Amino acid sequence: MSTGLERGQQPPVDVTEDELAALIGDRALARDDHLNAPGFVIRPDDVQDVLTDLRDEAGFDHLANLTAQEYADRYESIYHLRKYADPTQEVSVVVPTTTDEPVSQTAEPVFRTADWHEREAFDLVGIDYEGHPDPRRILLPETWQGHPLSRGYDQEKPQLVTLTEHANPVQPDHHDDESDTMFLNIGPHHPATHGVLHIETVLDGETVVDVDPDIGYLHRCEEQMCQQGTYRHQIMPYPDRWDYVSAGLLNEWAYARTAEDLADIEVPEYAQVIRTMGAELCRIAAHMLALATFALDVYGDFTAIFQYGMRDREVVQDILEDLTGQRLMFNYFRLGGVAWDLPEPREEFFEKTRDFLDGLPAKVDEYNDLLTGNEIFQIRCHDTGILEPEVAKQYGCTGPVARGSGIDYDLRRDDPYGYYDNLEWDVVTEDGCDNYSRVLVRMQEVEESAKIIEQCVDLLEDWPEDERTVQSNVPRTLKPDADTEIYRSVEAAKGELGIYMRSDGTDKPGRFKIRSPCFHNLSALPEMSEGEYVPDLIASLGSLDIVLGEVDR
Amino acid sequence: MSSEQPRTQIYDSTAPSTDTRDSRIGEGADDRFNSKLREAFGSTPFILTKFDKFMNWVRGNSMFMLQFGIACCSIEMMHTYAIKHDLDRFGAGVPRASPRQADVMIVPGTIVSKFGPRMKRVYDQMPEPKFVVGMGSCTISGGPFQEGYNVVKGAEEIIPIDIHVPGCPPRPEALVYGIAKLQERIRNGESTPVVVKPYELEEFGDLPQDELVQKLADDIDEEDLVMRYNWADSP
Repeated sequence: MSTGLERGQQPPVDVTEDELAALIGDRALARDDHLNAPGFVIRPDDVQDVLTDLRDEAGFDHLANLTAQEYADRYESIYHLRKYADPTQEVSVVVPTTTDEPVSQTAEPVFRTADWHEREAFDLVGIDYEGHPDPRRILLPETWQGHPLSRGYDQEKPQLVTLTEHANPVQPDHHDDESDTMFLNIGPHHPATHGVLHIETVLDGETVVDVDPDIGYLHRCEEQMCQQGTYRHQIMPYPDRWDYVSAGLLNEWAYARTAEDLADIEVPEYAQVIRTMGAELCRIAAHMLALATFALDVYGDFTAIFQYGMRDREVVQDILEDLTGQRLMFNYFRLGGVAWDLPEPREEFFEKTRDFLDGLPAKVDEYNDLLTGNEIFQIRCHDTGILEPEVAKQYGCTGPVARGSGIDYDLRRDDPYGYYDNLEWDVVTEDGCDNYSRVLVRMQEVEESAKIIEQCVDLLEDWPEDERTVQSNVPRTLKPDADTEIYRSVEAAKGELGIYMRSDGTDKPGRFKIRSPCFHNLSALPEMSEGEYVPDLIASLGSLDIVLGEVDR
Repeated sequence: MSSEQPRTQIYDSTAPSTDTRDSRIGEGADDRFNSKLREAFGSTPFILTKFDKFMNWVRGNSMFMLQFGIACCSIEMMHTYAIKHDLDRFGAGVPRASPRQADVMIVPGTIVSKFGPRMKRVYDQMPEPKFVVGMGSCTISGGPFQEGYNVVKGAEEIIPIDIHVPGCPPRPEALVYGIAKLQERIRNGESTPVVVKPYELEEFGDLPQDELVQKLADDIDEEDLVMRYNWADSP
């Protein structure tokens, strides 16, 4: 698949704001600067033009997010662009459309990932994208009436949901005397889909001809819930439930970082170290589950590796429970710090964490013996589910999926936050682009996380007693200035977890949009599995490590 | 005593007859091979009980769970099946991937409008007698997402539920307790009466004609199954 980028001719990494303004030129109707990036307002029929220029001339090759929202007088789509080479370089392209006729040009030919994004924007907010290849609803059922995040939506309205048989989408093309295709529903209740994903698959023999992930079986209105909550306390419990595979603290950090930057809140250094340690513990737990369920997917191995993964997760969860008070839904971060200090007696907590870290190398060796060194496993995973880096960038893939395709992109290093900057650790990449590399990346990331935790424990142990401030002073009610807009992201277990927030002058956000890494990673599934065998489709799905709570939000 | 004569009463000791066992494994062997139950029965190999009672006892002690992951709670459910908590110890921990082979369905998570009809279908596919454990606040009332436009306010709106386990998510111990309670109920022969539910799968043609039905009439076949959500009537 061509991305339009010519090889050899690298666009510049650093682009100043003036250069951007010159590049967009007259097409910019106005400026609408966000806290994180310069924003340019453009006409709805200039979208492809401007985005192509930004991608090819200025090197913005990552469509991180697309936010749609309705104001009293207009609809707005905001394209948040950044660079894989340097994610601190950001630009927002704002596309307003009228209320009577909300039609905007599609960005799908420029960034493939805009496909799902624009479907979501149509589904929830109601903006039409002209020229979109597949203008359907994505999260809500096809028969849904109205667009729930638009103004004046009546939530009491009755709705009808059908339970019809799904039709084979390519049958007319393939049906003849010689060959016949078979339509196969995988999910929404299926052990290999990691939740309630539905994959409409068309098979020709054992080869996958067409794959269409059908999502939305766990769309529980996270954005609406966050828009109804106050900044200070009511939003924080929800991030835990996006990526619920024990990655709670990583998600909370996404919200904490965005809200702290929006309201200009300082976080004490001590709290940052605790956050860093907690987040990396969560990452280990999440990667352990990814590994365990992946083994379950490719081997059907419920007895050995799955149970081993669970055993090690229990240990991590115990430590996290000591720290936060909960096993899974931590609700431990607060704006401006964390809820409380480390548990007393501190020595016991440190000892427990150290014990876990000391035992980890042996466990990783065990996994390597059982899993990555296993011949059957290698045959299943090597050279299957190929995701080329250029394709991965087009789909906005991040996290271990991107790093398994050799894209050196990790927000902990590239867009530093917390205490990561002051610690010694490495970003893991693998060049294989296949299922095997993605597993290897996760396994090595566990070791890197352990390194980070070890350094954090050392720091916390020696921290002077009178400087242990866990929270800065934060006003009881937060009311950021009206119409401040921000997009911030952190490196969660699955990749770049970003949040766009617009304040409207009250103590609740005017618009809260979640940029989910799994959503993007999953959208690349057809690229990885079409033309391959069915078992490889399952392996690819497992190696993407999706969490439906985060895909559907 | 001759075995040709039917025995009308026990006139020797009622202590368990251990002759056969002793001759096999030597005298004074460990008692653990003979269960308390066996001792209570004495030498007779027969039990007299009501068949229904026996079946309930059997049912409660060999439950096949449906392997059914929905949301956050399914992670804790996996931990309940796995090492440390090990639900199988209680005779209730074999997850089956197919609803046709399962007795118990643990509903671990939020039910949304799109998934409601599918869950109903999966439940209908399970053979009788079947039992449902609702895990977590979402299956009770919609939990933290209750105000969501897309969230069904509790799984009981769609299928009957025997045991509710509260928590967000409940700890594995709580789920084990809930299942132990379910087993107790099954052993006692109790089950939840099926009440009329507000959300049922119906043929589209059978729905009362209103604005919404008329609007969708062109898109939906008369005989297609649909679920109609009357959000205003939800608790």
